[in-house]
Amino acid sequence: MKQLITGDEAIARGAWEAGVRFAAGYPGTPSTEILENTSTYPEIHSEWAPNEKTALESVIGASIAGARSLAAMKHVGLNVAADPFFTFAYIGVNAGAVIISADEPGQFSSQNEQDNRNYAKAAMVPMFEPADSQECKDMLIEAYEISEKHDIPVLLRMTTRVCHSKSMVELGDRAEVPIKPYVKNIQKYVAVPAYARLMKVKIQQNFELLKEFSNNCQWNRAEYGDTEIGIICSGDCYLYTREVFGDGASYLKLGFTNPLPDQLIRDFASKVEKIYIIEENDPYLEQHVRALGIQCDGKNLFPRNGEMTPEVIRRVVFGEQYPLEEQLQKVVVPRPPTLCAGCPHRGFFYELGKRKKVMISGDIGCYTLASGAPYNAMDSTVCMGASISLGHGAQQVFDMVVGEKPRVVSVIGDSTFFHTGINSLLDAAYNRSNLITVVLDNRITAMTGQQENPGSGYTIAREVTEAVNIESLARAMGIKNVRTINPNQLAEVNEALDWALDMDEQTVIITRWPCALKKQSPWDLEEFQGAFTETYFVDEAVCIGCRKCTRTGCPAVVFQFEKKKSSIDPDKCVGCSVCAQVCPVQAIQKVEA
Amino acid sequence: MSTKNILITGVGGQGTILASKLLTNGLIEAGYDVKMSEVHGMSQREGPVLTHVRYGDKVYSPIVEKRKADLIMGFEELEVLRNLDYLRDDGKGIVIFNRVRVNPIGVQMGKDKYPTNGEELIRERAGKLIALDGQAEARKLGNPRVMNIILLGVLIRELGLEEIDWNRIIAENVKEKFVPLNQQALRVGLNLE
Repeated sequence: MKQLITGDEAIARGAWEAGVRFAAGYPGTPSTEILENTSTYPEIHSEWAPNEKTALESVIGASIAGARSLAAMKHVGLNVAADPFFTFAYIGVNAGAVIISADEPGQFSSQNEQDNRNYAKAAMVPMFEPADSQECKDMLIEAYEISEKHDIPVLLRMTTRVCHSKSMVELGDRAEVPIKPYVKNIQKYVAVPAYARLMKVKIQQNFELLKEFSNNCQWNRAEYGDTEIGIICSGDCYLYTREVFGDGASYLKLGFTNPLPDQLIRDFASKVEKIYIIEENDPYLEQHVRALGIQCDGKNLFPRNGEMTPEVIRRVVFGEQYPLEEQLQKVVVPRPPTLCAGCPHRGFFYELGKRKKVMISGDIGCYTLASGAPYNAMDSTVCMGASISLGHGAQQVFDMVVGEKPRVVSVIGDSTFFHTGINSLLDAAYNRSNLITVVLDNRITAMTGQQENPGSGYTIAREVTEAVNIESLARAMGIKNVRTINPNQLAEVNEALDWALDMDEQTVIITRWPCALKKQSPWDLEEFQGAFTETYFVDEAVCIGCRKCTRTGCPAVVFQFEKKKSSIDPDKCVGCSVCAQVCPVQAIQKVEA
Repeated sequence: MSTKNILITGVGGQGTILASKLLTNGLIEAGYDVKMSEVHGMSQREGPVLTHVRYGDKVYSPIVEKRKADLIMGFEELEVLRNLDYLRDDGKGIVIFNRVRVNPIGVQMGKDKYPTNGEELIRERAGKLIALDGQAEARKLGNPRVMNIILLGVLIRELGLEEIDWNRIIAENVKEKFVPLNQQALRVGLNLE
């Protein structure tokens, strides 16, 4: 049977067909849907891990214990998991293990555009690069064979378009792969120098064998059309080049890209006139081809940033330039994403953004939107968990300045706090910081679309589990000033900020209110009674048109320019009341049931 | 046949994803090779949603190129404008759009101006323009949310895809209690003047 599915769904399906029993990851665009889909197969035990490092480590354990296993993460997630990744290559597997890296050329939802093919090269780990959903599934199944045959984990590198595009996939049956017996093998699994030196030799030998595979496998193939132009490409770039050149060029389509197939490349190069290397991000293929002494064009012509869409290829190769549509350019205004109506971050950032002499150290999540208008309430964002440790470092230097020193407020979401923020808070606590840390606890991993986390009380399979208590955690680190507040109550927010700023000590404020999009749990309903059940309206007779309410940035508040009055969209308002609290004339009132 | 290029665009929550899901499932039924690509990372946060659908005998790239779209279906005026340069510029492009304006945050705060000549610009570029108040039509059926399916009905008619069993496609992809409403909405679109 054929189905139209995304690359992420195809990976989950491939895992199921390959007999995978254990899958772990941390949510991150564009990889999130992989685990969400593996969790729908009862045969695959799926888990959200607190971060990618622990996810990969649990996958290593599952492999050693004898089950085929899968780790899935976005590109920057592999940075977090890089430590186990490199040494996993050394110790190898018992049952097959595959790591999915979902890269983001074009940075739709990421802080950088790194090319994770470099990780495969650096770790000498075999790598696949699928172009469409069918290849996602087929390559993943083959990856498990390679992993077991060569005793090494395999990296499968996807990109946003591969993850999120839908194409037809022929579905197959599940292979029942039994759990392999666990055999204690100290020389294999204990990476101490004496054994690890031998492991390194084994990886190098393996790599030579994998070159054989690369030259002869079905995933690397030449397709000959017109031989005046020869294109070497991998991943979705094959689809884009095919679209542009059709049969007017020849293609060396590479799907298994570490190690690269030297013979195949030399053979292809000898049969075509002019070679273009068309790849997104880094000159990964190009550097290899050039090292073989083959003349080619690559990043000297094509951009190293953004997606390598057919438009980009046409522009570079054929000089096809479209004039900007000037009239459109003039009138089309941006539509940036905003905090949702009822978002618990709104009230907090509305107030924090007004504070002077503070540096706001931000982190990764919905609340990063507070860096934009109307809040402008963020000074820095680097990576998951950095808000606290970066803020701590900054505060130490500010403390060296004589006079009225700036205070640092580090803001971090609940899921990001569990991801790597706990370590950062420990850094600040241990080093006697006077940092102000705010954990924006909206009871869910919101940015990536409502995934459970260690604080939400559920596993990915919606099984009830312990919910970690952030307040107790902070106190256990020795932090004495810890408070939990309702971020929708602006007076409470201001009181807590004053309290923290007036003290030259380390403080932790937890803003606790659920995400407006969250499917509330029974204990949410008990704790946050009446949340999201009310709506507010503007009494136009009272409204003075000052537009203070619009400065809360709520999408439910609409200013009627012709009337010079505010109004509230009753379909969007969920009754957080932040706009009512900022209204100077009490024109915003609750709709009485 | 040569590959057809469709864009479906709107603001988060307007039903872009369902409309494109129904469309692609129908196209598969009809035996086409189909590819679809979505940019929806921010769709729940009032951000724009854009879906590319391509179908034909053999489709390679999942994304539509600028000036190659045969049809743009838009649920919101500004989002049609934002993507209007995707429409083929040989006067044969079709635009189906829902006459609704959702103010972006910049407009709400008085920093930006919502374009006033949007429909004019669309009319200039499009070979054929079908503009309707989809919500009003949907409200006649008792639920403004089926605006997307009414427009989908128009699209199906414009692309000559009426032969496909859309009632079954809807039945297979929509929650049971909403099936009759959506089927009715599709009929409204198919028969709209």
